[in-house]
Order: sequence, then structure tokens, then C-alpha cells
Amino acid sequence: MSEQLITTAKELTACQEKFQEETNRFRARVMVCSTGCRALGAEALSKAFHEKLAAAGLEREIAVVETGCHGQCSRAPLVLIEPHDFLYGPVKVEDVEEIIQTTLVGGQPVDRLCEMVDGKPTPTRSEIPFFKSQSREVMKHCGSLDPKRLDQAIALGSYQAAAKALTTMTPEQVIAEVLEAGLKGRGGGGFPAGMKWQFCRNAPGTEKYLICNSDEGDPGAFMDRALLEGVPHQIVEGMIIAAYAIGASKGFVYVRAEYPIAVEHLNIALKAARAHGLLGKNIFGSGFDFDIECRMGAGAFVCGEETALIASLEGQRGTPRPRPPFPAISGYNQKPTIINNVETLGNVPRIIAEGKERFASVGTTGGKGTKIFALAGKVRNTGLVEVPMGMTLREIVYNVGGGVLDDRPFKAAQMGGPSGGCVPAEFLDLAIDYDSVKSVGAIVGSGGLIVMDDNTCMVDMARFFMEFVQEESCGKCPPCRVGTRHLKDILERICAGHGKESDLDEMEKLGKEIIAGSQCGLGQTAPNPVLSTIRHFRGEFEAHIRDHKCPAKVCQGLYQFVIDADKCIGCGICAKNCPTTAISGEKRKAHAIDQQACVKCGVCNEKCPYAAISKV
Amino acid sequence: MKENTEKGNTVLVQIDGREVAATAGSSLLDAALAAGIHIPHICHDPRLTPTGACRLCLVEIEGERGFQTSCTRKVVEGMKVRTQTEGVRASRKNTLELLLSEHCVDCLTCDKDGDCLLQDYSYEYQADKNRFPNVAPAAGEPNYTSESFALEYDPSKCVRCQKCVRYCQEVQMAEAITMTNRGGSIEVSTGIGVSLNESSCEMCGGCVNVCPTSALYDKQAKGLGRSKDLKKVRTTCTYCGVGCQMDLNVNTKLNRIVRVTSEVGCVPNNGALCVKGKYAFDFVHSPERLTTPLIKENGKFREASWEEALTLVGKRMSEIRDQHGPDAIAFLSSSRCTNEDNYLMQKLARVAGKTNNIDQCATTCHGPSVAGLGESLGSGAMTNAIDEIEDVDTLFLIGGNPTEAHPIIGLAMKKALRKGAKLIVADPRETWLAKRALIHIKHRPGTDNMLINAMMAYIIEKNLHDPKFIQERCENYPVFLENLKGYTIEKAAEECGVPAHLIREAAEMYAKGNPSAIFYTLGITEHTCGTNNVRNLANLAMLTGQIGKRSSGINPMRGQNNVQGACDMGAMPKNLPAYQKVADPAARAKFEQAWGVSLPTNEGGCVTDFMEKAGEGKLKAFYCFGEDPVRSEPNSAKLAEDVEKIDFVVCQEIFMTETAKLADVVLPATCFAEKDGTFANTERRIQRVRKAVEAPGLCRPDWEILCQVSTAMGYPMSYNDPSEIYDEMAALSPNFAGINYDRIDKVGIQWPCPSTEHPGTPFLHQGRFTRGLGLFQAIPHTPPAEVPDAEYPMILSTGRTLYNYNIANMTRKTEAIANKHPENFVEVHRDDAAAIGIKNGDMVKVETRRGSLVVKAHVARKVRPGMIWMAFHHEESNTNLLTNDAFDATTRTGEYKACSARISKP
Repeated sequence: MSEQLITTAKELTACQEKFQEETNRFRARVMVCSTGCRALGAEALSKAFHEKLAAAGLEREIAVVETGCHGQCSRAPLVLIEPHDFLYGPVKVEDVEEIIQTTLVGGQPVDRLCEMVDGKPTPTRSEIPFFKSQSREVMKHCGSLDPKRLDQAIALGSYQAAAKALTTMTPEQVIAEVLEAGLKGRGGGGFPAGMKWQFCRNAPGTEKYLICNSDEGDPGAFMDRALLEGVPHQIVEGMIIAAYAIGASKGFVYVRAEYPIAVEHLNIALKAARAHGLLGKNIFGSGFDFDIECRMGAGAFVCGEETALIASLEGQRGTPRPRPPFPAISGYNQKPTIINNVETLGNVPRIIAEGKERFASVGTTGGKGTKIFALAGKVRNTGLVEVPMGMTLREIVYNVGGGVLDDRPFKAAQMGGPSGGCVPAEFLDLAIDYDSVKSVGAIVGSGGLIVMDDNTCMVDMARFFMEFVQEESCGKCPPCRVGTRHLKDILERICAGHGKESDLDEMEKLGKEIIAGSQCGLGQTAPNPVLSTIRHFRGEFEAHIRDHKCPAKVCQGLYQFVIDADKCIGCGICAKNCPTTAISGEKRKAHAIDQQACVKCGVCNEKCPYAAISKV
Repeated sequence: MKENTEKGNTVLVQIDGREVAATAGSSLLDAALAAGIHIPHICHDPRLTPTGACRLCLVEIEGERGFQTSCTRKVVEGMKVRTQTEGVRASRKNTLELLLSEHCVDCLTCDKDGDCLLQDYSYEYQADKNRFPNVAPAAGEPNYTSESFALEYDPSKCVRCQKCVRYCQEVQMAEAITMTNRGGSIEVSTGIGVSLNESSCEMCGGCVNVCPTSALYDKQAKGLGRSKDLKKVRTTCTYCGVGCQMDLNVNTKLNRIVRVTSEVGCVPNNGALCVKGKYAFDFVHSPERLTTPLIKENGKFREASWEEALTLVGKRMSEIRDQHGPDAIAFLSSSRCTNEDNYLMQKLARVAGKTNNIDQCATTCHGPSVAGLGESLGSGAMTNAIDEIEDVDTLFLIGGNPTEAHPIIGLAMKKALRKGAKLIVADPRETWLAKRALIHIKHRPGTDNMLINAMMAYIIEKNLHDPKFIQERCENYPVFLENLKGYTIEKAAEECGVPAHLIREAAEMYAKGNPSAIFYTLGITEHTCGTNNVRNLANLAMLTGQIGKRSSGINPMRGQNNVQGACDMGAMPKNLPAYQKVADPAARAKFEQAWGVSLPTNEGGCVTDFMEKAGEGKLKAFYCFGEDPVRSEPNSAKLAEDVEKIDFVVCQEIFMTETAKLADVVLPATCFAEKDGTFANTERRIQRVRKAVEAPGLCRPDWEILCQVSTAMGYPMSYNDPSEIYDEMAALSPNFAGINYDRIDKVGIQWPCPSTEHPGTPFLHQGRFTRGLGLFQAIPHTPPAEVPDAEYPMILSTGRTLYNYNIANMTRKTEAIANKHPENFVEVHRDDAAAIGIKNGDMVKVETRRGSLVVKAHVARKVRPGMIWMAFHHEESNTNLLTNDAFDATTRTGEYKACSARISKP
């Protein structure tokens, strides 16, 4: 894209038309996911496509585009063929030639690379249940463009909403639109974005700041990463509109350091936007100045908390600060500051472009619009999914997620990461929104959704989250710093079989005290995983404590390996592989395991050719 | 919550059902505490930004969910707060139990037993230390304080309130410590893996003073007393002119000062101390203290009884006085000793010695201030109070380095900077403040009048002066104006060696300040044109009307703990107490009547004259009290020779100084911790000095010795206690008439204080100058006596550092300080170092026409190219062997700040 300034809305539209034409020159495009899928060889894939298409003389007709995340990560590396809408995965370098010949030349699908639906290979993406049930609004263009290319973003409509806001609306009108649309913060807070913007707009002073929070610390959450990696201009556009609304002339994107591709793509996008006048002075001739700086974190979960993030941006130690004053009144350098999550800002362009009614037509009273969830755990279709608020948990897990792996029974969904809780099977028909999830003791949070089956120990899971919190607590206030330490220690004791009768009540009491006494959101939500699992799975805790048994057979020492005498033919393989002398038995006679000597390594269970050994 | 609708400055809130009138802008916690309502708090300190870390100050605010930290919430009209609900009490108890589980609860052997907030609150809330398993970190592991001589950190006693870190960052601004790690492993450290000794720590002791438990404690004091074993004696620091209030913690059983603390809220230092006040008290109990009178016989000292010594002194002093007349006998008083001592000393000189040859070290340093400001304004003292500094809008600091020489004034300036003040620094060295100044004029030493004249000419040119002020409040303006012709910015830029635009910007910024204040010390006064420099700064202040109001004026920062007092008491040749003139017959008559004698009228000299006369063989008797002129006057080698020629020398001292070694009689005296009295600090505040420990051996309080010497010389003097001495002086001194020990028992009073109803005077020259109209004077620029030439091409300047005090015979007795700066050094610019092939840390030979030394080179860009700088703290490497005995015309102050030198590889 040549170095040409876009100084008016009209020029933008002219560019859009020009770039659409350029895209349309190609009769087909190979969209290779090159962000997350890089881990599985996507770079080699796109290289292979380039080379082989060139070798076949097709490079002028068929484009190879390195795109963002397509979403169905369980089938990675993914390749989408446009305009056929054929989604292939997992794709290997060896498959490239066949794809070119069969699909790009021959127009036919390559069946073995397609999703199987009811036993039939289903190449068309829109017919795959994973995608059919989704409402990809925010992620619409993620996977449809090269994030390093401004022209492709403009071709698909980027910056039109910004032009509309800056040239035809007042900041107050923008705020009203977003407020009435009902957009709530997608980072976990769930606070109405428009209301926050209003506070900042009203705050005295002319020096104001906008911060995009891309610290995304919840383990298992990667929607912000995908958005920054895949559609950075959409986020930049959202920031321009938000900054215009609140009156900020400087913005920051605070990205966690563990997202190098996001940082890279964002910086490319910022540079390009600046070069074309979309950031800087007098954007679209509106008189509004705004520029954005990309800053990186340094490995601290707590810096996702807004006041700790601000401290980090100021060059201080990333520790939370007391609120009030709230950042909207006194934030970065004590100036009015708005901090919005990436996904929140990603929603803003479409609210302005399509209108608040369209946005609010999806969702429930407890949450308007869509939510991106990171599906993980014991579910078939892991990846990023975007669904309307109000979809039930059952629909998410079974329709979109494809059900529990190995068809095992669904035990619970962990929602909201370390600040959240588990939603057990009895709530599968819960319509998911901010309020409903809260009512069952969990939170929507940033959208992490971990599916658990009966092989997951809820006590162990609670322990895991306490371990995480202890690692990440900033250490400033005693309830969080010391309180979660004791919660962790109690859970470790329970998992090791040394639980006490009083532990459950103590954990509940301590948990509530930590919530009441902590300074910031980290501490105030840290006990949630524990309280939620005690609430819904008390029996499992009691089994650990009273019976010294782990029903899910996860906690070492709290389950046994037993040889079924009926199935055992006495081949002796188990005894040969046992690292201790726990297994005894005569040749061709049923063997037995001495529980005292057994170290629970599980090798015998693995090696038995007759499935005669089971975990109980 | 309702908007803040204060009536004037007060906000009405309700706390626990009580109506409380709070100051607008204060926190709920401050309002409660001020009203006597107790809310527990550990991480709060009135000097630090509230942070809400300890969670003990939680309260419930009506209309809000959950608990709020009262330290961070501001009062709002109509707020209803409850501080003792079941909920917050339970939360506090829980927090305490958590803290106890992280603590090595070992009160039995803990130094802070009885003085510990964790103890106090645990008791109040009956916290159960056994509720949780103990997860305290191990004690005794090496950490960032392991090598420190001053303090020790024990993480097993740390409650992680972060007050130490915040004090170091926000108040001291040394930024030496931080919290390292996260979560449960959080602890105090330098954060970059260096020991405290190697960090930017200035050993101010602030972190120790602020620690609520014994996590941070003074290493030397460990095991030497808990609060119930220690008696706290409130006194004034013995080092610099700030006059910090401190509490000497004395273990009376051991008769020993164990540690020094300071109370938050005290005036003028608000609980802050510097390394010297906090740690440099080892000298008090040093085995090197003089403990018996000594008489020199056959070139060696022998012990003697007081009777023998006093008789000898009385006999010889009287003989010489009568035989040779008033010009042959001289008395050098001590600016480090009390007002009472100084009053008696000048009385001894005039009444018993019958001479006006009485002086003290003001001549060495701020003599030009006393003389210059005395002429221009009528009063030679700092015009503003220390607590006004934080509200100065534009600080003009010239020839001063307060973060090292007057640390607490440095803190006040740091606070001003945090509040948004503008700072202009004129200094040939890049000091801490120069680095942070908006404008740093790094001018050539000795070019101050060039600079000031050019600034003033430019201010007039740009119409930034104050014609009304000049017209109504000053005189002699036309003569002054005429002199400014020819002093252009360009000429000044050339002569001073600085970019012209900096001078313009500085002039404008100072003139426009709202308000501005000048601060200066010896960079201005220790020149052959020192008094002229001071007169010219007075010109600058008057020209712009930046004087005679709050936070605005001209502020010489006095060096010694009682040099202001020594001057006030008349230990000066031309002044009687309270600056009444010897030459004024009415003043003389008043004193003659009070003392019952006729007073001498000879023209007395100052210390420089004494030494010159000694060299000429004309000084026959010399009474030297608490001073070491051989070490501290310029050109030490010559001085030692001069003193040898005096027939009879008496030294009244606490240590065997270089001068004392040459004496005929040495009388062992007491230090500040061993006597009662008063000091006057640099802001003219008279403050109490109190006896804390018994003096060693046969030492006697100075005031007693002086009375006994006077008696032995034929004029009997005796008092029951020092307050009587002060009262006698006050009755004869209009400036101090309203001050007595009762009135200054809790907080000192700033003179002028003419009556007991008068509250004292924070800032001077309001409405009128002390002399009536301010006097403009025409001041030409004159270069230093010695300027660089082919043989000695560099400028040598000298000064002091933070850690040691002047000749350092007191401070170097403290291990932490001796280790910090164990040897003398010279600051060299890296271009000059490169030219002779030396690197940082190499030894280098420094020579002047008077002597030479080999010292370690500190190579950087701190000094100007062509300039070198040395401190004068190390007796084994006496910098004053090099300095020039050239003196200011008016006050005979030595030109320590500029002489010619050369450097070479040794």
C-alpha cells in the first residue's frame, strides 16, 4: 500500500473500493492461520503454498494469505479456502500439493482433511456444527485477512466506523450509542463501558488517557491474543472511537510480554495507521488528535488489574492502588483514564457502524451482544468460539464444543479462571450471561471455559488455582498474601490425605475474610474457585478428608490400583514392570497388588494387555 | 455520595455517631485521629502517600458495600462512618492472625518489645497466633543488610507494610530499596542484587525509624535495651545548622546512648534525620575522649588536676593580658557549643581578657552573610523558615548542596519539587539537585558576580523587575543601576563558561517566580569576594521584590549546629550579644552596667587575624574553645607554624585535635549529649539541648569551665544552671528578650522575639527591612585571588560530603561512616583524567603552591573540565594543606572555593 494519507471519510471509502478490487482480482485465496498455528508448522505451510502455486503458475490467480485464528484450534494447523469456504485441518506440508490440485484447480474438497459430521466429511465451514452455532461478530474478520496488511483491513471495512464517529457524531453521541447498546466490559468486570466513558468525559481536565488492557492473565484464555494477532486494526479503530468519546489524545496498549506475535502485529498496524494519517493529528480532518503506544508487561498476572497496570505503565512496581479515586477520575499520571479490555474495544466499531439496536438485539438483559470463550479441557472442539449471550452451557459444550472427549460424563465447566468458579452438570441449561453465572457462584470473567469430566478432581483443581494465586499475588495486603497461602496449604494437605474435619468450615470462613479484606480484584476473587467447588462438590471434599479417597482418582495416594482376579491370566507383565515389589503372584495364577508397598505409579495399569488392572 | 460542600475549610462528618469537623482534603483516618478516635493502622504515616496495604484501618461507610480503608478515603460532607462494627473488627482480627502466622513471634528477645504495633493490636484484638500454622520466613539468612554496619533487616519480623520503601522513595528520594519478589516471598531489598552499602542508600535511618516492628533495626543497638530499658532524651543535633530534634535513647544502666530516633511531627525536621544525626553518636563514648586536664611539660603532655590546670591558665592568661595588652591575647569560641557557652566565652574575652579579640568559625564560612546581609538588609540571618521551603514556587540554589550539607533542608526542597516547584541550580558541580533542576548553570568557580549582574541587567531589560518595591522599600538604586552597565548576558556566558540562553532563562524564571527564594551557602561566601557575592544576591532579591514574604527571601544555610547562636551571642570582634555594636556607646554602657566592668574598645580581629598575628609573633596568648583552626583554616602547614609561635595556648576540647596537640594546657570538656543549653539553628530558632549521659572521666560542662577560668583570671563568674545564663543574656538582648527555657520546652522559637507574649518570627523583612530601607549596592565582578596559569592550570574547589562532618573527628568514629568514605579523593573530569592517563580509582597527585597530596581519583563528568574538587574530612590527607590563605576584604573569610592547582600521575 503506497504511502498515501487518508484525510477524509471519502478518501477512506475510495481506498476501500480500490482494495476490494485488488482482493477480487484473485479467483481464490488460501487463508493459512499463521498466528496460533505457527506452533504446529503454519509457517512451513504457507511457504509451501507460495512455492507450489508459483511452480504451478497460479500465483496471479490464487493468493496465499497469512491470517489470524480461525477458531477451531483442535484441528490445527487450519487452512481455509475462499470463496469455497472449505476449512481443512490438520494440514501438513505433504497435503499442500493435493489441496492445490483437488480443490484450487479441481474445485473439489479433500475429504480426509474435512470435519466429520455424522460420519460424513463436511468441507464447508458454515455447515460445521462448531461454526454453525456461533455468532462470529467480533471475530468476523479474524482469519479473513492478513493482520500485517492495512489494505486488507480497509477492504473489509476497517476505519469506516471511526470515520463515521469522528466526522458525523459528537463524543457525547458516541457515548450514548455505546451506553444504550449495553456493552459491558469483556475483561471480566462486566461494567457498562459507556458509563465508564461518561465518568471520564465528565472528569475535569483536558489531559486524558485510553488504555487497552491486553494483559490477559487467566490461564487458558487467549481471545485477546487472537484479536490483537488477527485483527489489530479492529482494535486500533475501537480505540480511536473510545478515545474520541472520552477526550483522550494518547492511548496505550499494554500487552503481556508472553505475546510476541501480538506485539509484532500491533506495532506493524500502528506504524501503518500512522503512516496513512489514521493515527496522529487531525484524523479524518475532524480536528481530533490521537496516537497509540504499545507497551509490554513483564510477567505479572496482577498487572491485569487496572491500577496495577497503570502503576506498571508509569514505571513503578506493578502493585494495585487504592480505589477511590477510580482511574476514570485519576489514573495514569493522576489524569482521567479509561481502561478497556481488548474484546470490549473490538466490539466498538460494529456498534457504531451497525447501530446500538443491532448490537442489543443479541443477548439477554444480563448481557448484550456476543462473548468470545476459550474452550479448553476435556472437550472435542478446543479453540475460540463466539456465541450470543444467553446461549446455554449445554449448547456451548455440546453443539459448539462437540461434546466431552471420549463421551465421558460432563462434570463441570470452570468459568472465569482464577477469579471464577465451576458450574456443575445440574446447570447445563443455564443461559450464560453475567448475572446468571454469578448466581451459581462463578463468573463469566474473560471467557475462559474449561470443560471437566469425571476424571477431574475438583479438590485438586481448587488447589491448582490457589497455587496460581500464590504465585501471582502481588503481596501487598495480608488477606491475599497470607490468606491464600493458608488456603493453598489446607488444600494441599487434603489432596495428600491429611485433611481435617474442620478444614471445610475454616476454608469457607477464611475465604470470606479474604474477599472482605483484600484491596484489589485479585484477592477479592481468589477464593472463588475454592468456595465454588465446596458449594457444588462438598461430597468430593468430604471423601478426601474422611475416607482418604479421591473419587476422580487424581490425588496421589488417595486411590488404589487393583487387579481383577477374574480377568487376570497371570502373565506377570505387571510384576516385571513394577518398580517396587508390590505385585506378587504365581505364573498363570491371578496376581495381587500389596497396597502398602504400592507407590501408585500406574505402570502396571498401563502395561496390562488384558485390562485386568483398574484404578479405584 | 454527595458532592463536597465544605463551609470554608471544614467538612462535617459523623464518626461513630460523633460529629467531627475535619479539614477539607484530609482522610477519614486523619480526621478520626485528630478527633481522638482510635482506628488501628500500621502502614499509615502522615508523611507518606496512603496506600491501604495493612487493611487494619477498615471502616464501614453508610451507603457503600463492604469495608473501606479510612486512610485512603477523603472526608465528604455528611459522610457517616462506623469504625468499630462487628464486621470490621472481625476483619482486623483476621488480618492480625494472618500477620502473626507470617511472623516469628518472639517478643521475649525482641528489641521492640513494648514498642511494637503488631503487639499492641494483637493484644487489643486478642488475636490468636495459633489459628494458622506458622509460615514465617527463616531469620538469619543473608540479605541486603548483611554487610551494613548501620542497620539490619529481619524478614521474619517484617509485616510488609512497605513504609520503609515508601519513605526511601517519597521522602528521602534515595530510591535505594524496594519490595522484591511477589506474593508470600515479598520482602525488602535493594532489588538489584547489591548490598545496601553499594546501593544509593544514604544511611538516613528513615527506614529504621519508620518500621513498626523490629524488622529493620539499628544493628549496633540490638540487645542493648527495649523501650522500657531506654530513657529518651529530647535534644538538638550537634552537626549542621538545620537543628533537627532527636531523641537520644539512653540505657541508663550502661550510661550509654544506644540509638537515636526522632518523633514524627517535631519541628523543624518532622521525624527525619540524616546519617550523621542518626548514627554518628559513637564519638560520645569514644575511648579517645579527653578525660583529664593536661599540661605540657618538656614538649609532652602530663595529666593534671583541675585545680592545677585552672590556676596555671588563670595566672598565664592574666600575666600576658597585663603585660602585652588587649591585642596580644585572643579567644576563639566554638560555633558547635551552646548559646550559653558562647555568651560566657565572649564575656570571658571582654571582661576577663579585656579584649575584643573574640571570634568563631562564622568567619570561616558565613561571615560574609552576616556582614553582607547585615549591610544590605539590616539582618544577616536566613530570612525564611524551613517549613516554608516546600511552598516555594521557584527555588534558586546557588553555591549550595543541601542534599549533602543540610539534608533536612534538602528533604524540604525535594518535597517542593514533588509539589511542582521549579528549580534553578548554579553550581560548578552536577550535584543531586543540579541533576534534577530545570536549569543547571554549571559556571566556573569564582564568577558568581558576573552571573548575578548579568541576570539583573537582563531582568531590568525585560521589565521583569519590581519598580514599586524598589521605590518604596529600598535606597541607592541609581548607583547600583549604573554599575550594571556592561554586564551583558554574552559577557557572562563567556566568563562563566555556560550557554547564554541558560542565564536568560534562569533570570526570567527567578523573576517571575510566585514566589521565588534564593538559597546559598559557602559556594558564595568562601571567596575573596564573598561578602560582595552576598551583597549582590541581596540586590537580586530586592530588584524583583522576592523578599519579605512567606516562602520568599534570601537564605544563607548556616553550617554549624550553633554558628547562628555563636553570632547571636556576640562571639565576634565588633558585636556584643544580639548584634549590638561594640562601637555603639549606648550598647556598651548597657552591658557595662549589667556586668559591672568597663568594656574594652580595641579593634578586635577575627580568627584569620589571630593566625596572622601569631605568625608575626604578635599574639602571645590564645584560648581556643571547641575549634581546630590548624585543620580547618586554609594553608594548614603555615598555620601549624604560626600556632607554635604563640607563647601560651589553651584548648578546651573533647578530642586531641591538631591544634590541641600544640597547646600548653588542654581542658577536657563535654559534648552536646552531656550538658544542658540551647542552640540556634539556621532559621533563627532557639532550641533546647539536654543532658542525656554523664561525661567521662573528669570532664566538666563547658559553661562551668568558662566560669572557673574567668574566676581564675580575676573576674568571678558563677551560675546555678545554664538557664540562668540564658536569662541574663536575654535580658540584655531585644531580639531574644521573649525567649526562656519554659517557652521553648516543647518547640523552639524563632527570633526576633522581643517579649514573652511574642510568638517568634517565621520570616523577616515583612513590610520593612530590619535596617528600614533595603540597601542596593554596586558590586563589580572580581576574579579569585589565584586564577589558573601555565604552572597550575586547574581550579581546585573544596567542600563537604553527606557522610562526614567537616574535619570528621566526630563522624569517623562511627564504623558505618568510616567505611563509607574511608579515604580522601579528588573529583576529576574525565577529559582531564584522560589527558594525564588516569582512570577512575587510580591514585593522582594534586599540587598547589602550598602543598601536595596523593589521593584517589573519582573520574566522571560531575565537575567542569578544568576544575577539580576535594572534601576535607580526612586528617591523614589534609586538603587544607593545599588551599589558599587569601581572604575576603570585609570578613577575612578564606577562599576555599577557588585556587590554582595541577594534577599528575604520582
